[in-house]
Amino acid sequence: MSGFEPKIVTFLCNWCSYEGADKSGNAHLESPANILPIKVMCSGRVEPQFVLEALKNGADGVLILGCHPGDCHYKEGNYKTLRRQIILEQFLEEMSINPQRVRLDWVSAGEGEKYAEVTKEMTERVKELGPFKAYELKQKENASV
Amino acid sequence: MKETESQAKPKVALYWAASCGGCECTVVDIGEPILDIASKVEFVLWPVALDFKYHHIEAMEDKSIDLCLFNGAIRSTEQEHMAKLLRAKSKILVAFGSCAHLGGIPGLSNFSTKEATLNTVYKEVDTVKGEAEKKEPKLKKKVAEGELNLPKLYNRVYRLKDIVEVDYTVPGCPPTSKDVVKFLTAVLEGNLPPHGSIFGLKKNLCEECHLERKEKAIKTFYRPYEKRPLPDECLLDQGFLCMGPVTRAGCEAMCVKANMPCRGCYGPTDEIKDQGAAYISAIGSAIDSNDENEIKEIIAKIPDIAGTVYRFGLPSFSVLDKAGKQEEDNHE
Repeated sequence: MSGFEPKIVTFLCNWCSYEGADKSGNAHLESPANILPIKVMCSGRVEPQFVLEALKNGADGVLILGCHPGDCHYKEGNYKTLRRQIILEQFLEEMSINPQRVRLDWVSAGEGEKYAEVTKEMTERVKELGPFKAYELKQKENASV
Repeated sequence: MKETESQAKPKVALYWAASCGGCECTVVDIGEPILDIASKVEFVLWPVALDFKYHHIEAMEDKSIDLCLFNGAIRSTEQEHMAKLLRAKSKILVAFGSCAHLGGIPGLSNFSTKEATLNTVYKEVDTVKGEAEKKEPKLKKKVAEGELNLPKLYNRVYRLKDIVEVDYTVPGCPPTSKDVVKFLTAVLEGNLPPHGSIFGLKKNLCEECHLERKEKAIKTFYRPYEKRPLPDECLLDQGFLCMGPVTRAGCEAMCVKANMPCRGCYGPTDEIKDQGAAYISAIGSAIDSNDENEIKEIIAKIPDIAGTVYRFGLPSFSVLDKAGKQEEDNHE
């Protein structure tokens, strides 16, 4: 899959992760250009519909970054995201979409380094998975038969 | 349609594709008002009730049928052919019922491949085992009188609007007789909503439901047979997977009135792009736990997430809406 540059739509919460991304930039840490950042007020704003909409419109992966559990500006927005993520991962697998394409992680305002790390890891992961295609898991199944 | 009324009765066609026949029953189920409606229209095609042939329709001029109620999803070349034929001959083409609207129950076979479905039916079920050779499905067969042809199955199930342009949608599995009367009356009186409308209410089912809603804090999910629901209390609050929050209103919550959680047959409201994903969002908010392992345990109580949230709408799964438009299937 050399030469494949994935598009990774990244939702950043206003209070922690966006600041974290900012911090990473201020510190001149390198993060991949594959990341397409979208600022939202809270990771709890990121509905599963947004994730599907991103995949539908050409994203190869979706990264959701929010405040660490317990640190949410709105008390429990990120817990809602966590619950949705757990259901969404199982749902995606049943829908023949690799759940590895959607990742939820926590980045606080001070964790510039973690931001660089997570985005790098995610980019590597999606590069390995290759471009997003509908029915990807089912096709694999059929091929192995 | 008013102008035609004075000269001749409006022509009406009813057709079924991949469906169970429930939508036909709902038309008959109207009861006495159907006599009144029947006296005002002329049926030109209604395979379940009247003996008209396809060539009668083929012989008609384009746009000469005033109204066509089309129920059922599209799975075969024959169904696609009829959808296109009726589209050409009809002034108003209506996606009638959940299968034509969203893909419906037949759409659930999109979880599987065509080959797997055919293998199950013709080779793997206990009752046909050992007869695999004889049961090989074929599209052609030579008989004494000549060659018989069967329509080809597509790899996937499609909604009517994936194949042809749809003018109106009457949702429901099946649509309620009340809605059917309302819709037919609107057509006869020339009093139709804007083109493309879905003939239900704009709000979601919870807003028309009689049960009382409180704060949602779900610790465990129940299937309807596991527990008798408390009266007067929201079913989702009690842990039954009710699709009310993401489903269009219009049915007057008839399932909920019978203590069955809503299954979502009216499809999503106008604001929702993806009914299943919206429902995942709703139950994600309603679960009462912040611990990852506990959340996983609670979710494990849902037997089949994708099948539950897409019981009626798998072919309308938004990611495949565009991306999956069906590389493998060569439509005519």
